[in-house]
Amino acid sequence: MISGHLLSAEDLTKESALGLLATAKELAAITDGPNKKLPTLRGKSIVNLFFEDSTRTRISFESAAKRLSADVINFSAKGSSVSKGESLKDTAQTLQAIGADAVVIRHSASGAAKRLADTHWIQAAVINAGDGTHEHPTQALLDAFTIKQHLRSSENDLTGVRILIVGDILHSRVARSNVILLTKLGATVTLVAPPTLLPVGVSNWPVEISYDFDKEIANCDVVMMLRIQLERMNDSFFPSAQEYSKRYGLNSSRLRKLSKSAIVMHPGPMNRGLEISAESADDLKSVIIDQVKNGVAIRMAVLYELLGGAPIGAQR
Amino acid sequence: MIKISRAKLTDGRVVDIDIENKVITKLQTSTGKPTADAIDAGSKLLLPGLVDLHTHLREPGREDSETILTGSKAAVAGGFTAVSAMANTNPVADNAGVVEQIYRLGKEAGLIDVQPIGAVTQGLNGEKLSEMGAMADSIAKVRIFSDDGECVSDPLIMRRALEYVKIFNGIIAQHAQEPRLTVNAQMNEGIVSARIGLPGWPAVAEEAIIARDILLAEHVQSRLHICHLTTAGGVELIRWAKARGIQVTAEVTPHHLLLTDDLVENYDPIFKVNPPLRTQKDVMALREGLAEGVIDIVATDHAPHPAEDKDCEFHAGACGMLGLETALSIVVKTMVQSNLMSWADLVNRMSITPAKIAGYKSQGQDIAIGMPANLILIDQEKSWKVDKNLMKSKSKNTPFHGTELPAVVTDVFHEGEQVMKNGEILDKGTSQNE
Repeated sequence: MISGHLLSAEDLTKESALGLLATAKELAAITDGPNKKLPTLRGKSIVNLFFEDSTRTRISFESAAKRLSADVINFSAKGSSVSKGESLKDTAQTLQAIGADAVVIRHSASGAAKRLADTHWIQAAVINAGDGTHEHPTQALLDAFTIKQHLRSSENDLTGVRILIVGDILHSRVARSNVILLTKLGATVTLVAPPTLLPVGVSNWPVEISYDFDKEIANCDVVMMLRIQLERMNDSFFPSAQEYSKRYGLNSSRLRKLSKSAIVMHPGPMNRGLEISAESADDLKSVIIDQVKNGVAIRMAVLYELLGGAPIGAQR
Repeated sequence: MIKISRAKLTDGRVVDIDIENKVITKLQTSTGKPTADAIDAGSKLLLPGLVDLHTHLREPGREDSETILTGSKAAVAGGFTAVSAMANTNPVADNAGVVEQIYRLGKEAGLIDVQPIGAVTQGLNGEKLSEMGAMADSIAKVRIFSDDGECVSDPLIMRRALEYVKIFNGIIAQHAQEPRLTVNAQMNEGIVSARIGLPGWPAVAEEAIIARDILLAEHVQSRLHICHLTTAGGVELIRWAKARGIQVTAEVTPHHLLLTDDLVENYDPIFKVNPPLRTQKDVMALREGLAEGVIDIVATDHAPHPAEDKDCEFHAGACGMLGLETALSIVVKTMVQSNLMSWADLVNRMSITPAKIAGYKSQGQDIAIGMPANLILIDQEKSWKVDKNLMKSKSKNTPFHGTELPAVVTDVFHEGEQVMKNGEILDKGTSQNE
């Protein structure tokens, strides 16, 4: 069981992470039935506090909360305090006043979730749904869940799974959370990116680094493609979209080099034709839709454990 | 007349002194007994008042965070008898009118010397030189010019500025930060920034400008001062420049002598400062550089901010920390207690040399007959606990809240008058804004 807040994949031990995956599996089995709803969090208020646009993550949290019968309030505060609107502190105190039990926060500033949790602005449980270029822990959990489902369903952890994370590591909260969680679960992670898109301090991470996608592609079980933000194009991180796509995109020739059992992942939203070709995205090896589906189960498990739901067996 | 008895000097002598008409009129070896009618120092250290070349007093423009009066009080509490008010006020101190206003307000507050610094470029925009000559000729007699907060990044403007101030023996104090390498930068770029996902401010962005500017200073034979040095590489560059005979001086802040970038891990903007906190390796190189004299002086970069500018997410937080009231104690802790420097070295780095660089004639002088009486008494046996709520500054943004620090400033004398007595600032009854 986890308790308190979920701010970083660092907050999870191997045991608590595996526990969450198990809880998610059970919850998924129940809600896959004809009646999708459990009464577990009836009477609890969960606020989706989104300072950045993210329809996918928001609806995933929203449907997770609703399947657990919680009340959901969507608070989309575009134009954060950075652009001198209402401050994060005032927003948090407002949510405290209306009695939020949990706040799911997405913010463009790294550390915004931790600030909410550390300050006295609000008492609610804080769930980090993506903070700047820092972390996105529920994404890492759903990725671990999906990898386990496809490659290690009968085993305990991810020992021996070889994972490539390819693309804009520097700005990726998905990559940071996945490196922490997947290595904790026993997987071997290789980051593949041009040097411009790797952080200077990456040498300290428990990963291998490669600039050569073609060299790595044949020796992996999972290839996780990261989205290239369009605004990077004009900032000289790479010469052109074409050159990037050629060197670091998952195209059909690279797809064919993957081992038979390997899977293709992407946190979405995809830039088809840039970091991933349409063929790769729609191939049988692609588990991208499973990631979205598993996202709901993982977020249910997180809400369930943080807000102290009753034992799952007693639900019906 | 003020008499002080049993004051200990940094050379070990214990003396009795008389002060009259702003100067020391008598100095003799103490008999060991307190003199009648004298302030009994009881073996406290008597030093020349500290001199800060880098102070943000915020007035005019941001009187909600500090005024010249509250900043003067903070300075006195920290043992400073002279501060240099940075130009990034609103309006900017880029003309004779504003620097004269600051100078006058300092005089009215009457606690210490407040010497304005003039902006190098109009509005700190880095594009056109401000009227440095007019500021030099004004009653404020400005000699230090700086766009601090912004780097004079255009090499041609920097060259011209260095050349131009030779007319009146001025000096350009550079905030070394290559702007293109620090777009949206939040903290030192390194292992910690990689992990916590904050955009990095690399050491090379500071060093590239230092390297360029020492070469420019050599080429045009001008005086250059580097503000708040923070990197080991920067210390190497200054060492190299001095060995070549280039007229460069450098300062380090107390916080860069003690704090490191891992403190940013909790995203508390109290640790947000520009240039940012660096690594332990940099801290050690800065301490060595200061001990060796490669880094000439300590300057506070005292930067008050209102609570709301620190009570927020890291990106939204303002850069800067309070410095005046803790500077001496931090230097004692990092340099004197670690045996890297003596008290005499400290006086050199915090009083004598800064006064020399700036040309403050009545500051940073020897304690001897006929010398100006800008003096402080320090109880070096005592320690104190920093409490942000007890700061004399109008703001509370000290990163040292709750820290136990050595050395207590007990008494301060400015131009022969006592302005602090046993830790209490003596109110001059000014009508000025707090």
